[in-house]
Amino acid sequence: MKLNINGKSVDIDADESMPLLWALRDIIGLTGTKYGCGMAQCGACVVHADGAAIRSCVTPLKAVKDRMITTIEGLSPTGEHPVQKAWREHNVPQCGYCQSGQIMSAVALLAKHPHPTDEQIDRSMAGNICRCGTYQRIRTAIHDAAGQNSGRDSRKIK
Amino acid sequence: MMIQQLSRRDFLTALGVGVGGLTLTTNMAFVNAKKPQASGVFAPNLYVSIAPTGWVTVVVHRSEMGQGIRTSIAMLVAEELNADWAKVVVRQAPGDAAFGDQNTDGSRSIRRFYGPLRMAGATAREMLISAAAKKWKVARKRCVAKKHEVVDAVTGKTLGFGELAPLAAKLKVPKSEAVELKPRSAFQIIGKSKPLIDGADIVRGAAQFGADIRLSGMLVAVIERPPAVGDEIVSIDDSATLASSGVVKVVQLPSKNLPTGFAPLGGVAVIAKNTWAALRGRKVLKISWKPSEHRSYNSRDYRRQLEVSAAAPGEVARDQGDVTKALAKAKTIVRADYYVPHLAQAPMEPPVALAWVQGNRCEVWASVQTPQAAREEVAQALAIPLANVTINVTLLGGGFGRKSKPDFVTEAALLSRSVGAPVRVQWTRTDDLRHSFFHTVSAQHVEGGLDEHGRVVAWHHRTAFPTIGGTFNAKARSPGASELGMGLTDLPFAIDNIRVEGCDASPHVRIGWMRSVANIYHGFAVGSFVDELAAAAKRDPKKMWLELCSQISPLEMSKLGIARPWNYGEKDANHPIDPRRLSTVIERVCERASWNKLRAQGRAVGLAAHRSFASYVATVIEVSREPRPRLLAAHSVIDAGQIVSHDRVLAQLEGAITFGLSIAVHGEISIASGQVEQSNFHDYPMMRMNEVPAVIDVDIVDSSRLPGGVGEPGVPPVTAAYANAIFNATGKRFRSLPIGPQLVNRLANAQRARK
Repeated sequence: MKLNINGKSVDIDADESMPLLWALRDIIGLTGTKYGCGMAQCGACVVHADGAAIRSCVTPLKAVKDRMITTIEGLSPTGEHPVQKAWREHNVPQCGYCQSGQIMSAVALLAKHPHPTDEQIDRSMAGNICRCGTYQRIRTAIHDAAGQNSGRDSRKIK
Repeated sequence: MMIQQLSRRDFLTALGVGVGGLTLTTNMAFVNAKKPQASGVFAPNLYVSIAPTGWVTVVVHRSEMGQGIRTSIAMLVAEELNADWAKVVVRQAPGDAAFGDQNTDGSRSIRRFYGPLRMAGATAREMLISAAAKKWKVARKRCVAKKHEVVDAVTGKTLGFGELAPLAAKLKVPKSEAVELKPRSAFQIIGKSKPLIDGADIVRGAAQFGADIRLSGMLVAVIERPPAVGDEIVSIDDSATLASSGVVKVVQLPSKNLPTGFAPLGGVAVIAKNTWAALRGRKVLKISWKPSEHRSYNSRDYRRQLEVSAAAPGEVARDQGDVTKALAKAKTIVRADYYVPHLAQAPMEPPVALAWVQGNRCEVWASVQTPQAAREEVAQALAIPLANVTINVTLLGGGFGRKSKPDFVTEAALLSRSVGAPVRVQWTRTDDLRHSFFHTVSAQHVEGGLDEHGRVVAWHHRTAFPTIGGTFNAKARSPGASELGMGLTDLPFAIDNIRVEGCDASPHVRIGWMRSVANIYHGFAVGSFVDELAAAAKRDPKKMWLELCSQISPLEMSKLGIARPWNYGEKDANHPIDPRRLSTVIERVCERASWNKLRAQGRAVGLAAHRSFASYVATVIEVSREPRPRLLAAHSVIDAGQIVSHDRVLAQLEGAITFGLSIAVHGEISIASGQVEQSNFHDYPMMRMNEVPAVIDVDIVDSSRLPGGVGEPGVPPVTAAYANAIFNATGKRFRSLPIGPQLVNRLANAQRARK
C-alpha cells in the first residue's frame, strides 16, 4: 500500500490494520515517533495527518492511506522549526523520549491557536505525559515559539 | 567540609582520585577499536581523546536517562581541558569494568566522578602544554591552555589541540599528584549551563533509544510473563499464534520464583517479524499456569499485616536517650500511622533490549542503567565468557531505577540464541506496570512527645516494609541498613530521645528501587509528622522545622546509637548529617514561597524538608482552598554542594516536583491474587500538564562543598509538603498515599451527605 509520509510517497507491504506507529518504526524505519502506552493515553506516538495531531499507536494504516502524514523527522529538514528552536533554547528535554510527541502536539496546537492561552495549552497538551516533568519548560517554549513574551521564566541557554 | 580547607592530598582523596594515579591504562582496546585507526590520536586515559583534527571526544560511562550526565561530564572535562565547547563530542561507553563503576543510580555520578573526570581532563591539558613547550623548546610555565589551543605567553605563538595531539600522544602520562586542577575561581563552565549535548538530536527525532537500533534480519519479541511471580507453565496452545501472520517462533522461558535476583521472570515469548505481528500473536496465545504461593497475595490485606508488624517492637536501628521515659513524661503525645503502596517506576520508554547472539558471542544494545551487571547476567545466562559479551548503552527514555535491573537484557539474549537472529524484546506498558521490580510497600508507626513549650522531646519511629534484599536473598526479611539510612537513622533533628526500629516483612512481588528509594516513604512520614507535631503544639510548621534543625554543628554519627551506620557510601567526615544545611534550604524556600505572607493571608501552604544522597532539599507547596484543592505553586531549594550544570540541577528539581506529585496524588500499584490490577496510564495515572501547579520555582544554594547527589533528592519532601498543604486547606490529615482518590471520595461522601 502507498502512504504519504513527510511529503514522499512510500510503498510498503503491511496489513492495513497495523497501527501507523509500527509501520513508521518497524517497516519504514522512522524511529523518531515513540511507543509509550499503545492505547492513546500518553501522546508519545503523536504525528500529524493533514496537519492535525493523531495518535499513531491506535490509528490503523487504512485510516491514513489518503492523508498527508508528518512525523517529527518531517517538521523541518534542518531541525530549525520555531518549536524545535524554542525547545533547544530552553533546554526543554530531560530524557527526551516523550518530546517528539510533545513537539508534534505543540505544532498542531499553534497551527490552530497561534497565540495560545495557558488554558488552550493545558487542554491541547494534557494528552502528552512527561515522566521527567518538563511541563513548565514546554509551556514556556510554546509561548516563545508563538512569539509571546509572557514575562514568565525567560531563561535561555546559550 | 569546605574544599579549600583540605590539603591537596586530602582534597584529591575526598574527590575519589587515587593517590597512586588513575589506573585506567589497562584496556585501551575500546578507545582504539571502534574509531577509524587514525594515528596521532591522543588518548591519555579512557575518558578523553583528542584527534589530530582537533575534535575532543569525551567518553561518558554513566547512563543518560534525563539527568543530563552526558552534558555534565562533557562540561567537567571541557573545563579542565580549556576546550572549545563547540569542538567537544560525547561517546557512550559500553559496559566494562575498566571504566570504573557504571551503576547509574543512587545519585552518584558526579559525587563519585567529579574529581576523577576533572583529573582526566586536567591530565590531558597538562600533557598538551608539555607537548607545546617541547616543540617550542621553551619553559612549561610560560605556556597556558586556552580555548582549544596552547599559547606561549611570551611570544604569543599558538598551537591548536589538534596539532598537538600527535606530539602529546608520545609523552608519558603524569601521575595525578603532578597535575593541578583549576581553582574554583577560574571556572568558566562548571557551575554554569550549556545546551544539552543531545538536544539537537532529540528535537529532530534522531536520538537513539533502546528500540531505535535496527539490524538486518532483526526480529521482535513480546513475552507473556507469569501472572503472579513464580507461576509455572502447565501447557500452552500456540497454534493460533504460530498461524498468525509474521510470527516466526514461540519460545518458553523458565519461570523464576522469589528471590529472582536479576533473572527474568520467565513466560512464553512470541518472536515475530515486527512488533505488531508479535503483539497480535501474543493476543491469541493460550497458556495454562500452575499458580505459585504468591497468588494468595492481596495488597489490601497485606497492609494490615504491615501495620501489625509496625505496631510491635522491631530491631533497634538508632537509639539516643530514653524514648520510653521521655514519652511517658511528655505533656502531649502525637501518634500516627503512615502507609505508602507499591509504586511502579513507569519510565516513558518501557524496558527494551536488542541482543544478537552469534556462536559464543553476544552483542547487546539496550537502555540500561547498569551495563556491567547486564554483561554479567548475559554471560551467565548464556554460559559464555564475559569478554564475549558487549553491552552498548543507548539513551534511556527514563529509568528511575527500573533499568538498573537487566532482566530484559537477559530475555533478549536468550531469545536471540534460541532463534539464531538478532532479537529485540519489547515490553509493553502493561508488561512494565505488571512485572516491574516495584517500589516496596510500607507501613510506619510514629510517636512523638511535646513538652509544655511545644518542643519535641521524643521521637519513636517504626518502619515495616519488604526489603530490597528479599529480591536477592530468600532469608532477607528485615529492613536493610541502607534503607533505614534513607531518612530514619539519619534524622537530623535536635531531639534528645530518638528511637528508630526496623520491623520484618516478606515480599510477594519483585521489590526494587525507584527514584529516592526508601526516602519516598520515610520522607513522607517524617515530613508529615513534623507538621502534625506543629499542629498539636499550635505552632508555625516553619518554626518547628527550624527548631528541629537548630543544632549548629554536624551530628556526631558515633553518638547517635546507630546499629548499622550507612551514609550513602560516603565517609561521615566528607558528608556528615548537617542540620544547618537543612535549615538554610528551609529558610530560603520559605522566603521564595512568601511563607509568612501567604499564611497571614490564610493561604494553604505546606512545608517539608529532607536530606538524602548527601544533599538537602526543602519544598513548599500551595493548594487552593476548595473542596477539591488544586495545586497552585511548588517551590524547592537544593543544597547539593558543588554542582556542575546549573541548568540540569534546576531541571532535576523541577522534574522531581512533578515526579513526587505523581506519587502524592495518583500512584498506587495494587495486587489481588498475586496479580497487579493496573495495566496502563488510565488506571496508573501520572501528573499531566493541566494538573501541575502553574508556578514551579526552584533554586540552588551556591556552594563549594563536596558534590552531593542531584537526581533523587528533590523527590522525598514533595509528598509530605503536599499532604501538609492539603491538611492546611481541608483540615483533614491524609496519612496514606495516594491522596487524590481519597480527596475525590471525601468530596463525593460530603455531596451525598448533603443530599
